[in-house]
Amino acid sequence: MKDSPLTIAGKTFTSRFMLGTGKFKNKSDVEKSIGASGAEIVTVALRRIDVERHEENILQYIPEGITLLTNTSGARNSQEAVRIARLARESGCGNWVKIEVINDSKYLLPDNNETVKATEILSAEGFIVLPYMFPDLYAARALVEAGAAAVMPLGSLIGSNQGLKAKEFIRILIDEIDEVPIIVDAGIGAPSQSAEAMEMGADACLVNTAVANAEDPAGLAEAFSLAIRSGRLAYLSKIPAAQEAAEPSSPLTNFLYEHDLSS
Amino acid sequence: MKIRLNGKPKEFPDTLVLTSLVEQFCKDKNPVIAELNGKIIKLEQWEETSIKEGAVVELVSFVGGG
Repeated sequence: MKDSPLTIAGKTFTSRFMLGTGKFKNKSDVEKSIGASGAEIVTVALRRIDVERHEENILQYIPEGITLLTNTSGARNSQEAVRIARLARESGCGNWVKIEVINDSKYLLPDNNETVKATEILSAEGFIVLPYMFPDLYAARALVEAGAAAVMPLGSLIGSNQGLKAKEFIRILIDEIDEVPIIVDAGIGAPSQSAEAMEMGADACLVNTAVANAEDPAGLAEAFSLAIRSGRLAYLSKIPAAQEAAEPSSPLTNFLYEHDLSS
Repeated sequence: MKIRLNGKPKEFPDTLVLTSLVEQFCKDKNPVIAELNGKIIKLEQWEETSIKEGAVVELVSFVGGG
């Protein structure tokens, strides 16, 4: 079945699976997982260099041609997010930024208000802004208004593997936000959960923790890739609605019986 | 000369330019971004940017992230 490409800020992507690069025990698994996932957009973070010890360079494990999406993790308000984004752009690695503003250390919930502010400032400065957000319709509309190139609602808490706890609210965003892609981010712990998100019409999924923590990260990355593709095809094919009563899949009449079972 | 580098106090015998500071602390080719006293310094300006007493320097680079 022919699918239209995922388009973000005028750039097209064949894959609807975006992969995060955090928490991998072995950096070589990052490269293998990107390969197995088919992901064309990969997230990274910025950190102060530890001047006391040598740290491995994450970029050497990310193949050429991949679109780097730098997150603003560590930002507690819009000003900090803006600062991190500006630093990231200075690296020469592009101007795609995933706004992530978190000031709750227990649940790591995104602060939608601060995220809208940062989106407005950075969009005006020419950044391609993909904001991570709590799935609230008003906030999503404000983000679109502020110039977001996509909206990234959380499925559930970051790193929790709880799946689509916010399903009904993501469904509202899918229904109401037509201007930009809806990318489900955070909490997706199993391929079936990503398929579920895609079946209901999400445009893409971003996964990190589940893949990074798998015994075989590349294996799970491939499984996610298939599930996301599967969910997308199911969505495009229009899944029939569930019904209360049974409906025979095979004809029940004119074989062994004189009468139709239903009469 | 005393400065703060990535939040830690550091002492150097002399004033130095940003390029040599980065070379001392960043061994690999991972793009390094430098901020001096809260202002981003572009790579092409590193050579002519002197780090003076009391400077607050931040050197950041990419790590894995979701």
